[in-house]
Amino acid sequence: MRSDRRLSSLPLVAMLVAALVALPVLTVALHVFLPDEGAWRHIAAVLLPEYVGNTLLLVGGTACGVLALGLSTAWLVSVCRFPGRRLFEWALVLPLAFPAYVIAYTYTDLLQVSGPVQSFLRELTGWSARDYWFPPIRSLGGAIAMLSLVLYPYVYLLARAAFVQQSNGIIEVARTLGCSPWGAFLKVALPMARPALVAGVLLALMETLADFGTVAYFGVPVFTTGIYRAWFSLGDPVSAAKLSAVLLAFVLTLVALERWNRGGMRFHQVGAPAAERKPYELRGGQAALAVAICLVPLTFGFLLPAARLAWLSWMGGDAQFGTRYLGLLWNSVSLAGISAVVAVAAAVVVGYGLRLQPGRPMRLVHRVAGLGYAIPGSVIAVGVLIPLTLADHGLRGWLSAWFGVDSGLLLTGGILGLLFAYVARFLAVSLQSVDAGLARITPAMDDAARALGDGPGRTLRRVHLPILRANLLTAGLIVFVDVMKELPATLILRPFDFDTLAVQAYKLAADERLAEASTASLAIVVAGLVPVILLARQVSRPAQRRQRSDTATLMAPAAA
Amino acid sequence: MLRIRTVLARLSLAALLGAVVLAAGCGRAPEENAAGVINIYSARHYQSDEDLYQAFTEATGIRVRRIEGTDDALIERIIQEGAASPADILFTVDAGRLWRAEQAGIFQPVESQVLRERIPAQLRHPEGKWFGFSSRARMIFFDAQRIPAGAITRYEDLADPRWVGELCIRSGGNIYNLSLMASMIAHHGLEAAEAWARGVVANFARNPQGGDTDQLRAVAAGECGIAVANSYYFARLMISEDAADRAVVEKLGWVFPNQQDRGTHVNISGAGIVTTAPNPAQALAFLEFLASPEAQTRFARGNNEYPVVLGAVLDNPALEALGPFEADPLDATLYGVHQAEAQRALDRAGWK
Repeated sequence: MRSDRRLSSLPLVAMLVAALVALPVLTVALHVFLPDEGAWRHIAAVLLPEYVGNTLLLVGGTACGVLALGLSTAWLVSVCRFPGRRLFEWALVLPLAFPAYVIAYTYTDLLQVSGPVQSFLRELTGWSARDYWFPPIRSLGGAIAMLSLVLYPYVYLLARAAFVQQSNGIIEVARTLGCSPWGAFLKVALPMARPALVAGVLLALMETLADFGTVAYFGVPVFTTGIYRAWFSLGDPVSAAKLSAVLLAFVLTLVALERWNRGGMRFHQVGAPAAERKPYELRGGQAALAVAICLVPLTFGFLLPAARLAWLSWMGGDAQFGTRYLGLLWNSVSLAGISAVVAVAAAVVVGYGLRLQPGRPMRLVHRVAGLGYAIPGSVIAVGVLIPLTLADHGLRGWLSAWFGVDSGLLLTGGILGLLFAYVARFLAVSLQSVDAGLARITPAMDDAARALGDGPGRTLRRVHLPILRANLLTAGLIVFVDVMKELPATLILRPFDFDTLAVQAYKLAADERLAEASTASLAIVVAGLVPVILLARQVSRPAQRRQRSDTATLMAPAAA
Repeated sequence: MLRIRTVLARLSLAALLGAVVLAAGCGRAPEENAAGVINIYSARHYQSDEDLYQAFTEATGIRVRRIEGTDDALIERIIQEGAASPADILFTVDAGRLWRAEQAGIFQPVESQVLRERIPAQLRHPEGKWFGFSSRARMIFFDAQRIPAGAITRYEDLADPRWVGELCIRSGGNIYNLSLMASMIAHHGLEAAEAWARGVVANFARNPQGGDTDQLRAVAAGECGIAVANSYYFARLMISEDAADRAVVEKLGWVFPNQQDRGTHVNISGAGIVTTAPNPAQALAFLEFLASPEAQTRFARGNNEYPVVLGAVLDNPALEALGPFEADPLDATLYGVHQAEAQRALDRAGWK
């Protein structure tokens, strides 16, 4: 009896949670219907063509970049054997700890005309700065390179999980039917890994679309810089919201295109995962090539910039380094930790709600709740500020009417606003992982649990959550790292005297003190390393031992 | 066994929720301080500000709580927080933003003889809604080896076709350039100012990128011949402990533009008291402190900014070496009035 009553409440809660998370995005989207202050016409006539062109190039370039780096390395470490493979298997995730803006600062410091590389070149050759051509780091190409270097781990993680779990039989069949190793890869493994690849690329592209720090620093005019320009320089938030809406339309088109293209294909797994698969043994030149391919993203995405930051902090660094940093670290880590838990919990509720009641309205809120990932942090922050302060004023009025106390702003005065913004921005990431896991659990299990008398709530706790454990951990870790790196929303929504590592790095970098900002930047990376390494272990572990079912549910995306 | 786990799970969930609420609440712990407290929303992001706040607390006993962020976001936050906003002071780094905040009704008028006497009239709001406390000059720098001193003396010279391919300057969306452009519009009218901007764009050595310091370094490295940057970035390089920074200074010539006519474009960092300030008396004490000789010298010594109070001691070798200059007496509110227009004109001129 008890379970029947709950049957109807869980999807309702899911709907509420999803709607709540979607609120900031909707707030932004609703601005579109307000009259703007004339900036929109100026933007549409003068700037929009360039924004669209550059954004397309940036997205296209980054898609190629993350695919090239992520796919090649994932294939090598999951099906080949070569020296250092086990090291690369987790080390290739490390660049995820770098915020894109930090790697952009670091490479600019290294490669700009007054930087050590070009200065050395001039000293060596006696040329002056105008005598030679050097690829300009602060350019569209530079931005593509920076974003590819820090975002490819999304593709790597998902593709690796997909390759590891592909049942060996299929590859074997392809080989017996006369495919070369390359043929088997191109004709069988790659098409089968397609949902994983698409999901990884989509995550990377959404983050690319939301990036502001890198493109602003490089002076590349794209949608995000346009949104800032409309809002701040032209003083027209409505036009900024209209640009954000165009950006959203862009993301929806991307998603829809992939759906349409995939058509009715399904990607269920049959047969055992590749536990006993015989790996390709690479030797000599082949092995050297594989090592080189894995070294490229690791070196340029992590080792080199981390070494440069360490060098800068050692030579000069932040004069405020000391106990103050413990406070910064605590703020960063606790915020990231709480947000990760909340985001994962919200993802479970929303994902499971869709499973219980897969109707059209539920799918819609589910979809909208995940859109925040593509919206720049400061836009989300305003989307959070408007509804939250409204609620705050209501709460304050209610408290003073009933208890006669002036409570001030309870919701926006603390970290609640920040948590709300983080969940609104990063739910897409946790939802992705939870959905993937849920999709792999056969509905027969739900039916069995129900037949044995468990309601949906108990089924979730006793059946789904234990199976999903690995997915939940993965989701939490990625959100944790993302929150550690997040800047614009943190800046706007934080309470008094509440600095984080990212804020400290920003304050120094905004004041053009890059050498001093290196300390806080390095601290972000180092603090992000722990969860990133955990994440990497999490992903590589099932390949070696233990429950095979975990492998299947770990990271690979839902076929839906 | 399972029941225990369920109970545990529920307990931990409750604990988590409790922690969230607690954490949410601790942002606004009540202050039991005799002298009181002020809440500052500041767009200034300088480490020297912490010393400034500390000096204020030592002098008055009033505790300072701060949120730092970008100007417009802080303005937006105050607007949304409305009557319940804890903000006492909004501190910005640009006159245009002060104007915008004033337009949004955020500031209340302040009557203070101290502020009126010390701060020049063009650097404060006529009704006392905001006051400028420090200023920075937008200067022109050049490659001292190739370009003789005196070849370039005015902002208008930046558009001279003889400097084609020589100019390094940051993005047209940047507030320093927007305020400069707004002052050009105020002086020459929109059409002439836009023609000037097109001339400037035609002289670019490279696409606008990086910050002000990057432009200075690019001249020193030889990538361009002329750069535009704010005075305090240059002053910081002058007194830097890093020999490489001082080597950059060695290679540069500098000029305060338009000394023969209207004077050099300056922007101000200023503050006002928020309409709904819960602690207006303490806030006024803070503003008056900022205008005190001690605080004025701190702006110069700590952050290489120019004091606004006449006769304030600089106590900064770099600013003393740069020497005195004539500032453009243009009403700083005009930067705000013309800002959107300036942005549109720069966009049309192709100043990225």
